[in-house]
Amino acid sequence: MRTAPEDEHDNAYSGLLVNDAHWAFGTDFEDPLAGVDTTIPEGTDAPALAAYALMLGDDSLVMSHRIAEWTSNAPDLEDDIALSNIALDLLGQARLLLARAAKADASVVPVLPEGSPAPPEDALAYFREAHEFRNVRFAEVVNGDFAEATVRVLLFSVWRLAVFERLRTSRDHVLSAVAAKGVKELAYHRDYAARWFVTLARGTEESRSRLLAALDALWPLWPEMFDTHPVEAAAAGSGVGVDPADVRPAAESVLDQVLSAADVPRPEVARRSGVLGRTGRDGMHGEALSRMLAEMQSVARTHPRGQW
Amino acid sequence: MSRTTERARRVASRVTDPELPMLTLVDLGVLRDIDVVGDSHVVVDITPTYSGCPAMAAMRDDLVRELTGAGFDRVEVRISLHPAWTTDWITPAGRAALAAAGISPPGPAPSTHGPIPLTLLPTARQVRCPQCDSTATELVSEFGSTSCKAQYRCTSCLEPFDHLKEI
Repeated sequence: MRTAPEDEHDNAYSGLLVNDAHWAFGTDFEDPLAGVDTTIPEGTDAPALAAYALMLGDDSLVMSHRIAEWTSNAPDLEDDIALSNIALDLLGQARLLLARAAKADASVVPVLPEGSPAPPEDALAYFREAHEFRNVRFAEVVNGDFAEATVRVLLFSVWRLAVFERLRTSRDHVLSAVAAKGVKELAYHRDYAARWFVTLARGTEESRSRLLAALDALWPLWPEMFDTHPVEAAAAGSGVGVDPADVRPAAESVLDQVLSAADVPRPEVARRSGVLGRTGRDGMHGEALSRMLAEMQSVARTHPRGQW
Repeated sequence: MSRTTERARRVASRVTDPELPMLTLVDLGVLRDIDVVGDSHVVVDITPTYSGCPAMAAMRDDLVRELTGAGFDRVEVRISLHPAWTTDWITPAGRAALAAAGISPPGPAPSTHGPIPLTLLPTARQVRCPQCDSTATELVSEFGSTSCKAQYRCTSCLEPFDHLKEI
């Protein structure tokens, strides 16, 4: 299709046809860190930084995908848009974090068939097995009803915001920049979920009972988010990362404000144990993640050289 | 500033936001710096608005197209992540253009130093209806047609409208 040059800007398709080397799943989205100072801070071990960035990136990616599953399925248009926007923010954070991991240590990136145009962030997202993902297990749980989405977004954002508030002073320029931008976004996510939490808790008998059920169901995975993995301890030790155990008081105090406003007691449910002490950060995941990845990765894996 | 740099700046200033076409990248505060190295190698610094904003790739492509079209041989677009973009960088001209297009411009951005306090009540904003100028407006949703907008409704003229969120 040809268009007059002055019309080209208005034609969504003309932009797609200018270059025949388009990776099918990230049309012309180049390295999101192009032009960013990715120097490894002095005294920091590059593979350790990459391992840490990968953990944070996997949290964002997996959580983003679960929230994105709500798109076109939410109870009303406003919340459909809200959840889609939350997923999009998390995806943007995931891209930067995965690209950061790849830039710090190229050996974390899976090797793709020759001629594949997939950039490193996509190789990490689409060509790793479940056991190679380092996200906390909380992020991967199968979606439930809208009350469950509310609790999920609330707990994740409260935890993540507390981590990112500290990560703003990371010695790594990329991580500190991702965190500085991320806190603004996560604050919107948290407050959105917190308001729905209070609304549902103080709504009808039905809405309250569903909310309490969702809280009980997700609560066993809350403590795992504050476990200190050796990778996180090392990152915190060298000043590039945050030890999640250090932010637990801050996160718990915010959560208590929400619970108290909603008149909901803290759940009395035991934490979910790992497998031989191993949890999400060690690559030990539930069946839910494998199923999610099977769907998320299927097109990319079928067409590793895919272009359009 | 050299005349070439000035010309490059003029050309880059024509590029608009794909989602908010009434705003140039300068109005939006996304275009942070522009420099010409040698005769025709332009280096442009832009700052992403939201982490996942899909408009960034379009902005970058549009900058490259405009500047190459104006005769600059090599155009390099750098992403500047720090300091993070804030709606406080939207220029007065940009705010006027938003209002003229029926989008309520953002108020002052909240401070993001230290812990971000939890707000359980809808964000308190003095939002003026861009249609009838009434301040009798109510929030419909914190998330609008794009990540950067909230949905509002005017209770005087009953028109719905977008508000660009302060961030």
